Amino acid sequence: MKTDYDVVVVGAGPAGSIAAKTAAENDLDVLLIEKRQEIGVPVRCAEGVSKEAIQKFVEVDRKWIAAEVIGAKVYAPDGTEIVMGEEMAGNEVGFVLERKIFDRHLARLAARAGADVLVKTTATGIKRVDGHVEVFMRSMGEEFSVEARVVIGCDGVESRVGKWVGIDTTLKLGEIESCVQYLVTGIDFDPDYTYFWLGKSIAPGGYIWLFPKGDNVANVGIGVLPSMAEKSPKEYLDSFIEEVFPEGEIVEVVVGGVPVKGPIDTAVADNVMLAGDAARHSDPITGGGIANAMKAGYFAGMVAKEAIEKGDLSARMLRKYDDLWKNDFGKNLHRNKVLQQKFIKMDDETLNKLARSIAGYNLGEMSVKKLVLELVKKNPRLLWDIKSLFI
Amino acid sequence: MRRISINRYRCAYCGACVAVCKFDANELVETFLTINEDKCTLCMACVKTCPMQALGVEGS
Repeated sequence: MKTDYDVVVVGAGPAGSIAAKTAAENDLDVLLIEKRQEIGVPVRCAEGVSKEAIQKFVEVDRKWIAAEVIGAKVYAPDGTEIVMGEEMAGNEVGFVLERKIFDRHLARLAARAGADVLVKTTATGIKRVDGHVEVFMRSMGEEFSVEARVVIGCDGVESRVGKWVGIDTTLKLGEIESCVQYLVTGIDFDPDYTYFWLGKSIAPGGYIWLFPKGDNVANVGIGVLPSMAEKSPKEYLDSFIEEVFPEGEIVEVVVGGVPVKGPIDTAVADNVMLAGDAARHSDPITGGGIANAMKAGYFAGMVAKEAIEKGDLSARMLRKYDDLWKNDFGKNLHRNKVLQQKFIKMDDETLNKLARSIAGYNLGEMSVKKLVLELVKKNPRLLWDIKSLFI
Repeated sequence: MRRISINRYRCAYCGACVAVCKFDANELVETFLTINEDKCTLCMACVKTCPMQALGVEGS
């Protein structure tokens, strides 16, 4: 077995597989390890992603598209409906993925680009030696180590790679959405839309979502902030389903924690970069993480190439990776963190008032920016302090 | 001794408890959650975060 690599990527989710693929395509020797015995399961995701984000990195294969949507319907606590994206009717704007298949597809692309892949293989520690890194791992019960020049930690919400090298990514109770989701079958909804239900009494500090996965079947889930919730997300979700979709049958349970921390100061240390949920790259308003994870994985792969070429693997050199992700989606993470803090403080009556102010308008595109700009226009006094975020 | 209890029939090994542990006590080994009692301070962050209410406190 090979024990010397340019790059070891820890974790074969979207960030890790794109990082491994990018590095391998740039002629680096890459090892991609995944602690689970099967890539892609158990899923921890609502599976919605914009079409545009996916197409930047992979050719779309219908095998991993469960459904397409043309817009979103957002509900205030009193039921007031806001519709987004209708103008796009006929052109799907969002995909609902089949992550089990999608993640395997990406890992296969990394392998095809030349990366070695090891499953049921956990990184157990790393040690820097003379500018290199020794990565300790346990693969199907066997303990060994490999040498690498760069480690890209894509080890998800429970990331430990960052902790080992002093990047503190610990989430406070107001920085993680505690989530439960069911795949519910036999329910009635318009499969052209995703649905969001807001309100402190429904989902404190978060929201309830519905992402269609076909006719009469959908991911229905909830995220709540542990700092605000009085019950577990499962209890909130169970009450909601009993009320709104009593006819549904639950055929799958998905559980997860989604970082909503906003941008971290740095995702690098000497010889190490973090990407995706490990770097808390998921969006503080939507909770979406796939698009940013894939971008970050790509940037990390590119910077690994440049750093190895220059023979400089210091944190100072790798900060180039920080610049890339911050300039790309970091600003949005910051803006949406500020928005999140504003919106989670609102009581249900304020949310109702905001929703009523734009109910019935055609919001055209489906984006947080568009929605908030429209709200600011109609409620300048209530939202005066967030207006500057969009200038 | 008081310590964090893990109900393995409820745990869905999502890793949320690992993310909120500032003492690096929790680790998700594939699908098996471990809590290092030498590091754990019973701060309760993981208990409050667990989506499945799989964590609690036991002992006295």
